[in-house]
Amino acid sequence: MRMKSILLSGVLAATANFAAAHCHNDVPVKTISNAFPAYEIMTAAMQACGNVESELDKDHRLKIVDAFSANPSLYTMTSLTNSTSVPMIDADLLRPLDDLVAAHGGGLNKNQFIRIDGKIMAIAAFANTQHLMYREDILNDLGIAVPATWDEYIAAGEQIQAAGVVDYPIGHYTKDGWNLAFVFVNHYLGEGGEFFNADWTPSINNEKGLAVLERMAKLATLMDPEYLVSDTTFVTKQMQQGKIAMANLWASRAGAVNDPDESSVSGKVVMAAGLRGSERIASTIWWDGWAVAKNISDEEAEAAFKLIVASMTEEIVMENNDDAIWLAPGFVPGDAAKGAFATAAGDAPPYPMNKYIGSMHGALGSGLAAFMTGDKDAATTLADIEAAYVSDAKEKGLL
Amino acid sequence: MKRKTFLLFVGPSVFMMVLFIAAPLLSVLWQSFHVTQPVYERVEVETCTPGLLGSVCETSLKTRPILDESGKILTETAFVGFQSYRNVLEPEKLRAALKAGSWHEIMNIRFWSALRFTLVFTVLTLPLVLGTGFLIALAVNNTLQRIKGPVIFVSLLPFIITPVIGALSIRWLFIGDGILTAGLEWWLQKDIAMFAQAWTIELMIYIYRVWHVAPFAFVVFYAGLQTVNKDAVEAAIIDGATRWQRLRYVIVPHLMPLVIFLTLIHLMDAYRVFEEIVGFSASAHVISLQWLTYEFLLQDGTGARAISRASASAILTMIGIAVLLGPPLRRVWREQGRGGTLV
Repeated sequence: MRMKSILLSGVLAATANFAAAHCHNDVPVKTISNAFPAYEIMTAAMQACGNVESELDKDHRLKIVDAFSANPSLYTMTSLTNSTSVPMIDADLLRPLDDLVAAHGGGLNKNQFIRIDGKIMAIAAFANTQHLMYREDILNDLGIAVPATWDEYIAAGEQIQAAGVVDYPIGHYTKDGWNLAFVFVNHYLGEGGEFFNADWTPSINNEKGLAVLERMAKLATLMDPEYLVSDTTFVTKQMQQGKIAMANLWASRAGAVNDPDESSVSGKVVMAAGLRGSERIASTIWWDGWAVAKNISDEEAEAAFKLIVASMTEEIVMENNDDAIWLAPGFVPGDAAKGAFATAAGDAPPYPMNKYIGSMHGALGSGLAAFMTGDKDAATTLADIEAAYVSDAKEKGLL
Repeated sequence: MKRKTFLLFVGPSVFMMVLFIAAPLLSVLWQSFHVTQPVYERVEVETCTPGLLGSVCETSLKTRPILDESGKILTETAFVGFQSYRNVLEPEKLRAALKAGSWHEIMNIRFWSALRFTLVFTVLTLPLVLGTGFLIALAVNNTLQRIKGPVIFVSLLPFIITPVIGALSIRWLFIGDGILTAGLEWWLQKDIAMFAQAWTIELMIYIYRVWHVAPFAFVVFYAGLQTVNKDAVEAAIIDGATRWQRLRYVIVPHLMPLVIFLTLIHLMDAYRVFEEIVGFSASAHVISLQWLTYEFLLQDGTGARAISRASASAILTMIGIAVLLGPPLRRVWREQGRGGTLV
């Protein structure tokens, strides 16, 4: 992984000369971040300033707590989201950035700051959510209206399947573990479900939970039978290779599916709002950005912060407008951002920022596959997941 | 050997064993009976996060760990007896499933389903590894001297490859429209999805493991074949023994200690099967005991790990290995007693 990241960052550094003129960095800085186009762009911009070593890793969230607990921290800064910020802030591993914002952050938008009790703990770069992406040509040919709800989506999928124009009508990030659990979380919120009772005991074994499982089973019949190994990158490729007609996918991939260099169907994929459950849109709003380690010197922190600013200048945002829903100045929402904005303008909630959902997400991740493979019925699955959550939360001192 | 010399020779090794094996083991054992938790407080926290359409601020009651003076999370540790073991083994569910007489229900408990796979995997691959390794050894032993070197090298290749890499490369041959799946589809004229059901994944895992470790068995057997007493074989030939009889009554008995040696090694290794589950993304369909431990150790969204259950699961795995190794070890013990040697 390490070698790959280094090689990757080398390639990126070579292609990213656009930011070189604006910054210069002398202090060695090490970044770790998630790996998808927006982060590739930002880390490349940082590297153009010099002395930056970047590690891009889809599983970075499993590393950062331990890496930042070390003194000195193993990385100078990390990418962060609503979800990954919880353990980092709880363990007090991030440096408050107020002084650095005052000194160097004049060019940032006010709504890029993540404030906890008034202190700026992270700088958001872009927002992310999940929304519908569909092949306009296929839906037009078959005379299918653009689905707005999951039920319409399934109906459309069945029609496309019957017509047999693609291998599988839909793709979905249903890889066993975090992804599969995330699908459930979104759908359950879309049904208006509450994950917990007032005392944080679980409450998913109810009609809403059952309805979600029923829908997930239906969706599975419209997907590649190997859907339990399908993550976001897998779905993006399916879309790019023209194997699927529709997907409810992360907004951060909206640029890639229409990228003429990668996609055989570029220009044919259209973005629309996240699909609705029976109560609201079954998507969650995320923010993605950067945070600086606490256990490093002030000099390093300052260098890191300047690099963060340099990675999201107006120029960079404008040049890569369609690769993310940028929060930094310079962003003009284009066709690629249509779906995300429609989702946000709707009633999609933010992904919860608390510890309990972390434990619940884990229990869902190891418990849902048994239902999808047919080993357990829906009620048993939900009861078992609730039990797993209780024993996990108890062991971790949360209940 | 003098007692003092003996101790001098063995000393460093014993020291290392205590430091790197015994001490960690004891710590795992201790952790499996204790639970360490952060001390939480409930506080009002104001959080402002960027929405797409402007900042969203909210004040809510958050559960937050208390930090001590040095900035570390304050934790407390409590003795919990066998609670973590109960959480792993889920005896109530097992009892209910047994009462209902339902194999299916037992298999729905994670530990027992992991145990089922681990045992089947261990027991099934053992004879296949021994058999394949022995056949390769016989074949190589009988090839021309000239090409022996290259043949040995090629036979050893699968063992040299890092397990995860090997598993991943086989996965890529089969996943989605991987070339072998595409080839099979073309040949059989039907749609094949190797990663869509448990039995195909399990089959790939078995085949992969045999492919991967048979070369080790081969090397050991091949070395053993070089030490077969030529006089005994010649005598057997003169006595009119067929090829099969020579194999059955002269060569195999000679290699028996090696069979036991390989069995011991394989039981230990196979019971800890893990790379295959990762490599083949099998966790939705089959999991192993080692995977279960790993899953407990994995950080969840709270940044916490289930260390106690992971320790309990690790100790249970160790007990499992000890039970499996019992019979072959007893055999070795008896042979040692008779003055025989293992290898």
